[in-house]
Amino acid sequence: MTRRTETPGEISAREEEPTHVSLPPPKAPATTPLMAFDWAKKNLFSNIPNTILTLLCVWLLWETIPPLINWVLLSAVWSGGDPAICKAAEGACWAFIAEKHRFMLFGLYPFDEHWRPLLATALFVAVLATSCNPQFWRPWLLGLWAAMLVVCGTLMWGGVFGMTFVENARWGGLPLTLILSVVGIICSFPLAILLALGRRSDMPGIRAVCIGFIEFVRGVPLISVLFMASVMFPLFLPEGMTIDKLLRAQVEIIIFTAAYLAEAIRGGLQAIPQGQYEAADALGLTYWKKTYFIILPQALKISIPPIVNQFISMFKDTSLVIIIGLFDLLTTAKTALTDPPWRAFYVEAYLFAALIYWVFSFFMSRYSQYLERRLETGHRR
Amino acid sequence: MKPLSRIAAVAGMALVGGISSAFAGDTFDAVKERGEVICGVHTGLYGFGAPDEKGNWTGLDIDMCRAVADAVFGDATKVKYVPLSAQARLTALQSGEVDILSRNTTWTLSRDTANGLNFTVTTYYDGQGFMVKKDLDLKSALELEGATICVQTGTTTEVNLADYFRANNMKFTPVTIEKYEEVTAAYLSGRCDAITSDASQLAAIRANDTPDPADHVILPEIISKEPLAPAVRHGDDQWFDIVRWSIFATMEAEEKGVTSANVEEAKKSTDPTVQRLVGATPGMGANLGLDEAWAFNIIKQVGNYGEIYERNVGMDSKLELPRGLNAMWTKGGLMYSPAFR
Repeated sequence: MTRRTETPGEISAREEEPTHVSLPPPKAPATTPLMAFDWAKKNLFSNIPNTILTLLCVWLLWETIPPLINWVLLSAVWSGGDPAICKAAEGACWAFIAEKHRFMLFGLYPFDEHWRPLLATALFVAVLATSCNPQFWRPWLLGLWAAMLVVCGTLMWGGVFGMTFVENARWGGLPLTLILSVVGIICSFPLAILLALGRRSDMPGIRAVCIGFIEFVRGVPLISVLFMASVMFPLFLPEGMTIDKLLRAQVEIIIFTAAYLAEAIRGGLQAIPQGQYEAADALGLTYWKKTYFIILPQALKISIPPIVNQFISMFKDTSLVIIIGLFDLLTTAKTALTDPPWRAFYVEAYLFAALIYWVFSFFMSRYSQYLERRLETGHRR
Repeated sequence: MKPLSRIAAVAGMALVGGISSAFAGDTFDAVKERGEVICGVHTGLYGFGAPDEKGNWTGLDIDMCRAVADAVFGDATKVKYVPLSAQARLTALQSGEVDILSRNTTWTLSRDTANGLNFTVTTYYDGQGFMVKKDLDLKSALELEGATICVQTGTTTEVNLADYFRANNMKFTPVTIEKYEEVTAAYLSGRCDAITSDASQLAAIRANDTPDPADHVILPEIISKEPLAPAVRHGDDQWFDIVRWSIFATMEAEEKGVTSANVEEAKKSTDPTVQRLVGATPGMGANLGLDEAWAFNIIKQVGNYGEIYERNVGMDSKLELPRGLNAMWTKGGLMYSPAFR
């Protein structure tokens, strides 16, 4: 949904430029409108097909943008808990989000304790943001992470300092999505590096294990493994023994992401010129020193785009955990829609969820571009 | 980066908790020891099992779980709800992940036998029906010859629809759509002449999604039987009895006019059945291995079947479903509790 509303906006920014420029600014030299006219003529009306396309785009924007703005902003209902008002209105029903946002964000977590996941999420995001700044890549950051995870765990589980105990089956919404993806990223990344190195190892045993793991995991869809975990796996356990659902989901996500990431990193490893390996060997470095100081820094830098691609896709794949009955962000949005008088406003609910997913994914994508620029140290390809 | 990841990984594993072991052997003992009933419920079906905007589970199926918790512990809140997808629900019960499956599940022969479930009592009689616009002026589903019909894909609804038309030697054009909202939208926009689904769902669509409910009629034919019942595992008769009689108690209470409001006075009732029900005359609780106030607690905290029905799916709810087949047998319905003695 986001993409659909996003694309016309982007096009409009690009396409409307000439019309803005063609209006002569009061103090501009007389050549400016002419230049703009020339530019438009050269780029937009250079031949008949281009002219037709330009006119078609302008017409399409004229048809879609005003109604969209009208729906999203002008005629929208912003507050008031009465679905009847929304049904009468022409625009979007943001009142639905106002009414249900707490459930959508925190799911089944006890209502009166919502400050706990809120605080945990805020801490989580704050530490994440801190870690993004290379200035802070110091040993104390590890301590900060450890402290943050302990504090977040305490907040979410409770059971101490007068907070009631909340089992992790009741965690839901945004905190659940963030925990699954951030812990997934943190755990799968080192595993993926080891798998990628193992796959290129000279030792046949290690190579076979790594290839076997990667190819097996890549060969089955995540959704089928989740099905196995919820439908088949419990039957093999002794009766009455169950493995925590959150743990099940988390392990599956880590294993999956690691297998895909390993291949992205292997691409980076293979792109390193043979001379780098030979030079490191010539310096007398051990395998691990060579890998740590020479190979990985270069290989990981090259692999940033596919790595981030994988993280973004994994972030969105966390919504599959509903298969084992966990209420992630998308599921809580869907569940909020089961309330009959509000059922008609599914577009708003999905837009709200999509917006949150988009903010995080867009941030990841921009941050990866920043990292690429920052780590750019020569031999541009 | 590497040591950082390692520490974070360890912390991450600590965050997601460990392995929990539920029980071995007798369900009732395990439940008592654990201090709560584990109930497998729908992931979100309004009226039957769905979290409200505060995250509290509500619905007819939920109230059946609460009734069992009342019978065992005298406290309706001692339930842990495990939301289950349609595919995972049977396994969850078989593997012992849940004690009761109260998840809008149709009682069928194959589930009752091959799948190792024991269905307790039908708590809602549903069935597939048709809804059409009033101005089509139809009186019966048999007049739907050649109609275009909106139906959700991948459900037994689709199969029942085809069976019904074949059995009656009629033709139809199905419009199959995956998402419930889109099926409704397709029907309302006039892409189909009729929409088919479970009658309870049709009533909900009529009450909530149509601009004017009076413009739509639900045809009288019910083309499939969907008795919805909570289920327990094969091979544990004591637990089966407790769950089944907890539900019967709500029905017996309605038949005898005992409600959550008047259950205190009912203790002084002269009707021997009521006396046995509320525990004024002991015996029933002992037979089940429960406290004598088991049914009293159910009626006091959860209410009788009529109260449960009206609150969740009936006239006091947003679904506004009429009692129909779900009325007591004394009022022309199918709800009937065996004798309390």
